[in-house]
Amino acid sequence: MKSMKYKKTTFIIVLSIAILTILFAIIAPIFAPNDPLATDFVRILEEPSDQYPLGTDQVGRCICSRILYGARVSLGMTFLLLVLLFILGVVIGIVAGMANGIVDTIIMRASDIVLSFPGLIFAIAIVGMLGPGMLNTIIALSVVWWTKYARLARVLVMSVKNSEYMDAGKMAGAGRLKLISHYVLPNIISPLIVQFALDIGGMMLTLSGLSFLGLGVQQPTPEWGNMLSEGRAYLQTAPWLLIYPGLAIFIVVAIFNTLGDMVRDILDPKHV
Amino acid sequence: MKLYFSKKLLQVIIVIFGASFLTFTLTYISPGDPAEMMFRSQDVVPSEAVLEKTREEMGLNNPFLVQYGNWLINLLKGDLGYSYINKGPVADVLKQKIPKTIELALVALLFLVVFSFPLGILSAIKKNKIIDYIIRSISLIGISIPAFWLGLLLLYQFVVKFHWFTITSQDGFRGVILPAATLAIPLIGRYTRQIRAAILEELSSDYVMGARARGIKESKIIFNHVLPNSLKGIITLFALSIGVLLGGTVIVETIFSWPGMGTMIMNAITNRDYPLLQAYVIFMSFIYIMISFTVESINQILDPRVRLKGEMI
Repeated sequence: MKSMKYKKTTFIIVLSIAILTILFAIIAPIFAPNDPLATDFVRILEEPSDQYPLGTDQVGRCICSRILYGARVSLGMTFLLLVLLFILGVVIGIVAGMANGIVDTIIMRASDIVLSFPGLIFAIAIVGMLGPGMLNTIIALSVVWWTKYARLARVLVMSVKNSEYMDAGKMAGAGRLKLISHYVLPNIISPLIVQFALDIGGMMLTLSGLSFLGLGVQQPTPEWGNMLSEGRAYLQTAPWLLIYPGLAIFIVVAIFNTLGDMVRDILDPKHV
Repeated sequence: MKLYFSKKLLQVIIVIFGASFLTFTLTYISPGDPAEMMFRSQDVVPSEAVLEKTREEMGLNNPFLVQYGNWLINLLKGDLGYSYINKGPVADVLKQKIPKTIELALVALLFLVVFSFPLGILSAIKKNKIIDYIIRSISLIGISIPAFWLGLLLLYQFVVKFHWFTITSQDGFRGVILPAATLAIPLIGRYTRQIRAAILEELSSDYVMGARARGIKESKIIFNHVLPNSLKGIITLFALSIGVLLGGTVIVETIFSWPGMGTMIMNAITNRDYPLLQAYVIFMSFIYIMISFTVESINQILDPRVRLKGEMI
């Protein structure tokens, strides 16, 4: 059995790495050796060199710079979407849990219908119908993803709703909003945070997967998924086109997955 | 028990209707005029008068709910519409593509079960031993690796460099190995972790301690008691994996140019072939709903509290 102290130390290390990754993504352009959009038709599909540390793509753009700029897009979209959906889902879930009756039923049936589609397929279909692009991808993933937090928040609200401290709060004269913010939220927040932390990696993979399929972020904006999608054609002649962007996704997702596991270990000690 | 199933079945039917409504609404609000698309697929540029006449004939001027009703009736009759890009009924296209995707998914499922059960059980039994750390690290790699990258790497290693495989679906089992592996590996990572967690949770219960105290062999405890008891949770998670698996087929088929529903759907999206897209979404959600329903039913039957008392739910 590992001690709590050991766990905390490793958690702080992984958390620091994750924060550094985010900071790095924000300031990445400083390190970019070249303009990520500048094409150089004399030097296409070149192997890594001093000027182009990770080589060039089919129109002579610097892969290293594109990966660095892509970090902003990939990480930025992931966090933007997750935070947005987290807030939206939790609010809907609390409303459903507190309201009961018809409101609860409508929300739950709506989420049943969303859940009756395999998530990624539904997202692909929505983007496919609305047309490829970043905004439509965000819409599609929002439609698919909110139920996750809403359902969890609802169940958690139900579990605390009839507790004695809630009765105490009501007797003390707390209004609805105060009940939610002072009595409900503090008691349900940690499982929600665990779920959020566990979802970061998955969201990043989903987003880059959609871009890989040509549905998400469009060229020429650099994004790791669409870089891979372009590199596919040069599998035999220029493998560096797909090795490095994929490696970038893999490393970042692995960092956040590890972080998610650790957050769960700390906030949900019952989990083995 | 009977009451439970009829209730559940009613719920399933309602959800399927809801899913069909949502799918139709999505195509309804999507940009693009079906009448115009039909002409364009035949390389004809129609005049506005012809377009208007066609719209009237296709029922596109009817109110939304009437259009949905007609579409639903046709759907129930097995008429899924006309695919612009394939210039034929959608049903015929699906008939041709579905077996390919099912083949891919089944082989991937086989890999999933064959690898994740032994790995998950072993990892749980040897908790915090070296073998557990190795399995956990491999699973972490599995869940963190993007499937599309993995597929490309496998293609590069085994097809371009070693020439071990050729990637054509005519190749029988050899042709399906790489795509199925790409589909299965991220899921194996996920499922191994879930099996490990489910077994560890069961291992921490009181009856296991009691059995150990009575000197019952560890292997007997695990295979006769712990495994059967944790099976319910494991099967539920399995149903969730199938959703991920179905979604993964789109990416994997795209990488390996596998001639199933995944490549079909990407093709339909590029060419705005909405009837094909609609049929695909309906079909997938139908399969997914049926799998969830079956799994839930199996769990109910496995649970003696429900089986014996019947009307517990």
